[in-house]
Amino acid sequence: MILAHRSLEAGSLQLEIKLVDALIQSKPKARQRLLLEAGIVAAIALLLLFVIPPILVGSGQGFRVNLLGRYLALAIAALGIDLIWGFTGILSLGHGVFFALGGYSLAMFLLLQLPDGQLPDFFSPYGVTELPWLWQPFYSLPFTLFAIVFIPTIVAAILGYLVFRNRIRGVYFSILTQAALIVFFNFFNGQQKLINGTNGLKTDTATIFGQTVSSPPIQAFLYTLTILLLVGGYALSRWLTSGRSGRLLVAVRDDEARMRFSGYDPTMFKVLVFAISAGLAGIAGALYTVQSGIITPQAMNIAFSIEMVIWVAVGGRATIVGAILGTLIVNFAKSILSEQYAQIWYFFQGGLFLIVVTVLPGGILGWLREDGVRLVRSQINKRRPLQTYPSLEEDPDVQYERKNLTNRESDR
Amino acid sequence: MAKSFGRREFMILGSTAAGSILLKACGSNPSTTASPGASPAASTAASTSAAGNTVKVGILHSLSGTMAISEKSVVDAENLAIEEINKAGGVLGKQIEAIIEDGNSDWPTFAEKAKKLIDQDKVATVFGCWTSASRKAVLPVFESKNSLLWYPVQYEGQECSKNVFYTGAAPNQQIEPSVDWLLENKGKEFFLVGSDYVFPRTANTIIKAQLAAKGGNTVGEDYIPLGSTEVKSVIQKIKQALPNGGVIYNSLNGDSNVAFFKELQASGLNPDKYPSMSVSIAEEEVKAIGVDYLQGHYAAWNYFQTVNSPASTKFVDAFKAKYGSDRVVNDPMEAAYIMVYLWKQSVEKAGTYEDLEKVKTAAYGQTFDAPEGRITMNPNHHLSKFVRIGEVGEDSLFKIVYETKEAVKPVPWNQFVADTKGFACDWSDPAKGGKYKTT
Amino acid sequence: MLSGLLDGIFSGISLGSVLLLAALGLAIVFGLMGVINMAHGELMMLGAYTTYMVQNALKGTPLFGIYIFIALIAAFIVTAIFGLVLERGVIRYLYGRPLETLLATWGVSLILQQLVRSVSWQLVTIVALFCLLFFGAMWIVARRTDFERARGWFLTIMIPLSAAAAIATGNVLGTLYKPAFTKLWFDARNVDVTAPKWLRGGFPIAGTQFSYARIFIIVLTIACVVGVYWFLNNTSWGLRIRSVTQNRTMSACLGIPTKKVDALTFALGSGLAGLAGCAVSLLGSVGPNTGQNYIVDTFMVVVVGGVGKLAGSIIAALAIGTANYLIGSNTLVDLTAPIKPLSDTFAFFSTISMAKVLVFALIIAFLQFRPGGLFPQKGRTVDA
Repeated sequence: MILAHRSLEAGSLQLEIKLVDALIQSKPKARQRLLLEAGIVAAIALLLLFVIPPILVGSGQGFRVNLLGRYLALAIAALGIDLIWGFTGILSLGHGVFFALGGYSLAMFLLLQLPDGQLPDFFSPYGVTELPWLWQPFYSLPFTLFAIVFIPTIVAAILGYLVFRNRIRGVYFSILTQAALIVFFNFFNGQQKLINGTNGLKTDTATIFGQTVSSPPIQAFLYTLTILLLVGGYALSRWLTSGRSGRLLVAVRDDEARMRFSGYDPTMFKVLVFAISAGLAGIAGALYTVQSGIITPQAMNIAFSIEMVIWVAVGGRATIVGAILGTLIVNFAKSILSEQYAQIWYFFQGGLFLIVVTVLPGGILGWLREDGVRLVRSQINKRRPLQTYPSLEEDPDVQYERKNLTNRESDR
Repeated sequence: MAKSFGRREFMILGSTAAGSILLKACGSNPSTTASPGASPAASTAASTSAAGNTVKVGILHSLSGTMAISEKSVVDAENLAIEEINKAGGVLGKQIEAIIEDGNSDWPTFAEKAKKLIDQDKVATVFGCWTSASRKAVLPVFESKNSLLWYPVQYEGQECSKNVFYTGAAPNQQIEPSVDWLLENKGKEFFLVGSDYVFPRTANTIIKAQLAAKGGNTVGEDYIPLGSTEVKSVIQKIKQALPNGGVIYNSLNGDSNVAFFKELQASGLNPDKYPSMSVSIAEEEVKAIGVDYLQGHYAAWNYFQTVNSPASTKFVDAFKAKYGSDRVVNDPMEAAYIMVYLWKQSVEKAGTYEDLEKVKTAAYGQTFDAPEGRITMNPNHHLSKFVRIGEVGEDSLFKIVYETKEAVKPVPWNQFVADTKGFACDWSDPAKGGKYKTT
Repeated sequence: MLSGLLDGIFSGISLGSVLLLAALGLAIVFGLMGVINMAHGELMMLGAYTTYMVQNALKGTPLFGIYIFIALIAAFIVTAIFGLVLERGVIRYLYGRPLETLLATWGVSLILQQLVRSVSWQLVTIVALFCLLFFGAMWIVARRTDFERARGWFLTIMIPLSAAAAIATGNVLGTLYKPAFTKLWFDARNVDVTAPKWLRGGFPIAGTQFSYARIFIIVLTIACVVGVYWFLNNTSWGLRIRSVTQNRTMSACLGIPTKKVDALTFALGSGLAGLAGCAVSLLGSVGPNTGQNYIVDTFMVVVVGGVGKLAGSIIAALAIGTANYLIGSNTLVDLTAPIKPLSDTFAFFSTISMAKVLVFALIIAFLQFRPGGLFPQKGRTVDA
């Protein structure tokens, strides 16, 4: 229905988009590029799977394999953030909720892997003798898998619909998501009898397939699974952000009003992309939980959700690789820095926020693409790529005059 | 374009430089950093002994984040003990080298750092954790790697891991005696206030059961989110439930205490009619809250700075000499201090620090003349400790109003809670283990 | 019953006035510049620490009895200056990018939190020396006519050079005057702010007692609101602020120095945060995390109140404060006791944590009817 409605009103824009698409599709190069990209992704995945862990273990840094696995899981959440913030321009400060929902779902399933009639042992101090109804469905694996992805998705869809419907956006939306975060935090934190409150759920000692979750084979399996799902998330994000849907997302970011005038209803797109990114965060939460061994309401503290944004910002907004890269860089920096200088991390992190928004808005990838490429070129050719004529751009006097003119106090 | 490029360049370089300044400034400043090389104990250790002639131990506490407030001083106490031991010749002739890790008040980080300490640094043992949540988070790590943790804080019990030695009070060494004392001296009507997390909730479960068994009455309970300072409605509930006075049992943690006592005084609930018993307020907290708000209220601990014994005086003097005369010591710091010594004694008795089974067996029955009195390690991995109740005095120290004559034996599995009634823990006997039925 | 009712009203107003005081500065800045200042809570914290320092400085002097007033002024000045620096140094580059501003101010808040934990004379010296060397050199060099061309070189040389010089000096001084110079000012521990004697205790009335500290805060809030109202409506700068709030471009065309207005407003908003910090130090703890407890609630006040009028913030703060109190205490449970299911529902929410859950749900519901808050900004530019 929405489609029909849209195509009637937005004929011209549609036509235009179709034409451009057709142009892109028709190029044989596009297919080649896609294959190349797939090849590179596969190569990196294989590298992560078979080369990096032995190197780390060999150099006595075995515990960093586990860290890498966890950070790769976080990268999946970062992909979601990139989708909504990088591409669509919606800043959510509440993704910790979805992350935690995913994590709790899987943790509940794992804790229920007990002989019949037994309850997870944290219940006993609170005098709970019967499994709460909330836990009942988590006996089933299919339901759990469904829940990991779709509980966050549904929560996000409802929240998103209620908010976007009223054209609440920008800073207002960010604040509301943050408030939602606090609310969920309070709720999870206070429900001692239901989900063990502050202590959270411990998955390390739970058993699955006859082995404890923290045992090496299971962890290796989880590591592999994380990489596969990250590749999957990458593909999904690529698919969503290329072609017409990608342009729609960017349109929401750049000029929502104009998009609405063109006959599109941004609400539904925003709800959709918000829900998808919540689903990604849910998957990330589940994978992170089983690799770190515990999920607590701390996953919903304010700082963690904002940190997710900074991973994307450091890597590069609106670049999918950037989200993954940024997550790994920032988290390893955190892990290493906080080992050396426990307190410096906050200064460093605060500085990171400032630098990224003031001087590196494109993040690392953005910088590489623009200034980096130019820098390399100028080093090789000793010449900058010119936008106008050499007689203008390479004449120092002309340049000097231009700079001085634009720097006049009155123009600032 | 040119203009913005210039500014951008400036900001990049400027901020990286600023970052590196801070990095170096703090890296070079021993009192602001926790890097291993900078800790005085570790640096003396490193300088006086050749590589390979040291015993590495891990210290795992929050040096940043919310919990840093409490945990930093525990690290200070541990460092003091390590320094003293090193000065006296170390353990088994080797100097102790402390590797300090920051748990960042974040429970998964605790688990991560615990893994690092065990796997990469290959430490002989770890001293660490404060909150129950952080202990629960690292527990699986220590159990799966069969390593050893010493835990210095009073806690809610209901746990007895073979990989942990608990040197803080079990509930029967702090909560239960204080409830008994209140019932005897202060009244039968109790209102329970706590921070919203596991220790207060479990503690209050225990108190309620205990009150029911001993003829007291729980008229209400309420929980405040950790760190929240909006306590007005709790005070209101207390007034409603106890219109004519009664006992307030307070297990609030951290910041909320400040707001709570300020509000308590402002609402006219004075300690003569509404005496309060706190289990998380020690000397440091009294300083941070302000003694004017706390005077006349009670706290239950195993150790107060005012304990009058040679060991206590020595501990207090040594601590003040090292960290400044304005510092105070408290119960968790004392527990942290003695656990380092207990580890040392066990290692020396076992003759090895690598074979943890031997160390553990050697630990059972170890005694130590602690500042609080002569304490003993039991086969259930908890300490026999003295119980004291103190009243906050004008000098912001505690006046001890009650103390047990002898050390109280620890009961990790609570006997007032139906699920754990009749259970006990004994790791010296392989047939019994962590939770066995006594009757 | 009467005392209970009185107490309820008083507590609700008192909670609301704390919220309002904390949110006032935020609302003004947000209204004018569309900027949410995530560091607002940390500015409050700075105000609270200023109070602590004033208290310690005046301890034992005859002025101690009224130190709180001196602290108020000091807190306002310190945080206003800090806000000014923040605006000039960071935020002015980010106008028109509200989401980026939000992230940048979050970064500032992290730095501020760590700053109070690890500030010592050594750190201060190093930072000050670096600024002196670097900006001094820049000031000298910038007068040369070919500065633009040499800028890159200047930066690459001067930054490491002045950094190295500053750090070296700091470390030398640090080892020379060891305990005094490297001693942390505050540490990560909380510090105590004890109200002067006349602010402790309470005013007994009808079987209950009104806390003097809370009465003081209510009065302070009223004074601030009146002051801000007067400033906005009766002074020429107030007129300019209002004009820029309504239409920035048009104001600029008419010769209003919008940059100055921005800086001034930000400083004013920050100063109000300082006052709020001073006030909350009477109620709660003063520590590096003090500010974090307030931010989300104050943001909610701004969202519900809307940015069109000051009255919006006032009503929103009082409403949220009262709602939080009524739900969090047992009042509603008692009132609805005859209707069993209703009272059970309220009983479920009647802890402070759960009250927040319910209040948030109410706010979301409210926004379904009035997405722009109580008093939305009027005009076509707000939303197309």
